Amino acid sequence: MMTEIDLADIKRITELIKTRYNYDFTNYALSSFKRRVSRILELNKLSVDRLIQKLENPEFLEYFLNEITVNVTEMFRDPSFWRALREKILPQIMVNHKKIRIWHAGCSSGEEVISMSIMLREMEIEEDVQIIATDLDTNILKRAKEGRLPLKNMELNERNYVRYQGTGKLSDYYTPQKDIAIMDPTLLDNVSFRQHDLVRGEVFNKFDLVLCRNVMIYFNQHLQNEVLNKLHESLFKYGYLAIGSKESLIWCDIAGKFLVVNNEEKVYRKIKE
Amino acid sequence: MSPGSSHSTRYKAIVIGGSAGSFQGIVKILSALPDSFPIPIIMCLHRLKHVRNGFVEALSLKSVPEIIEPYDKQPIKKGKVYLAPANYHLSVELGNYFSLSTEEMVNNSRPAIDLTFHSSSYVFRDKMIGILLSGANRDGGLGMKSVKDKGGLTIVQDPAECMIDTMPKAAIDLAEIDHIYSIDNIISFLLKLNNIKYES
Repeated sequence: MMTEIDLADIKRITELIKTRYNYDFTNYALSSFKRRVSRILELNKLSVDRLIQKLENPEFLEYFLNEITVNVTEMFRDPSFWRALREKILPQIMVNHKKIRIWHAGCSSGEEVISMSIMLREMEIEEDVQIIATDLDTNILKRAKEGRLPLKNMELNERNYVRYQGTGKLSDYYTPQKDIAIMDPTLLDNVSFRQHDLVRGEVFNKFDLVLCRNVMIYFNQHLQNEVLNKLHESLFKYGYLAIGSKESLIWCDIAGKFLVVNNEEKVYRKIKE
Repeated sequence: MSPGSSHSTRYKAIVIGGSAGSFQGIVKILSALPDSFPIPIIMCLHRLKHVRNGFVEALSLKSVPEIIEPYDKQPIKKGKVYLAPANYHLSVELGNYFSLSTEEMVNNSRPAIDLTFHSSSYVFRDKMIGILLSGANRDGGLGMKSVKDKGGLTIVQDPAECMIDTMPKAAIDLAEIDHIYSIDNIISFLLKLNNIKYES
């Protein structure tokens, strides 16, 4: 653990990926990006030079993207956030909209998307909501689409669900099979998954609610500002943006175009175009 | 320049790690420090992940300086005390600000002390002090080694005084430790940096 990588080597890696594959990691937060790269070096017992050689191979790039992105997540992470969504935010959106569009930006292995679907089903508004879930990493998207979660995580997911005060039992929504929890496939009926890079990707649609939680923490402030501009553009006026509980818009250029709706849970509302 | 001020400008951060059995020690250290203590203090303590605010509230019941659980990208300021938020790793970035991450647990812990020590030693080099207190696993040991490797000063709580000594002992195994101190001695040491006399 903790191989130290030179900044010059980090630059060689990001330059190669940028010119060859058009993914730009230049403005990722340095400490975590360095840790992800050393993790790959250690897992595969590679030198930096060998890593750079291997990155010429697009198949290895797929693997690299899968490891470089952080895919550690929980269902109903921050149960109080989900309660706020259920009790305040969604009812507010429902007042003015018959149909709701939600974007999970950086959906990873899909825990947040499934939590959303369960919440909407329990609120009996599943049919009125269309969900788009995107991630940079096609491998993790494939997993999310399958709706299969590691069984060993279900204990934690269950605890979060209980704290969220769901109306059912989490076990009603999945079937255990060996070490996998197979989620009820109908939970993903209203969800479309697609590959999208927040850094290089275009704004592709408008939404009433965008969830981008614990994604921008892997970016530096410059990139956070750029991405926030895209998220802002992807929201209808008076749409809502939810970020991680320890993220903040305070230092961001775009703060003035949002109103803080819930400071504890970090939910913002777009008030200016 | 007086010896005191040269000391306090020498160090840019004090990073404290602790786990089981460190709460009393932390409270004692923080309540002994004056409000004007000039060096930022960054704490990474193992804690219950689902209790988002309880720890800060428990600490704030004691007469200690205000404790900040930093947001991602929050700048590190003189005279402030920071605590790694629950369920996030806390890193220090070049340019003197924090970043948070939800990466895999390290040593079964998030926040992991190794990770905070490692990233802060990279930024602060010989201008930091790493302090490791009582704890029940080996987290922090390798982090102390990176503090020492970068020229920082390493202090562990005397294992004889610790409620659970696994953590300080691991650090003594893995890293060169400059001082093995009781909590009282840690306090005197920190106050001396700022030319203040401590009477326990």
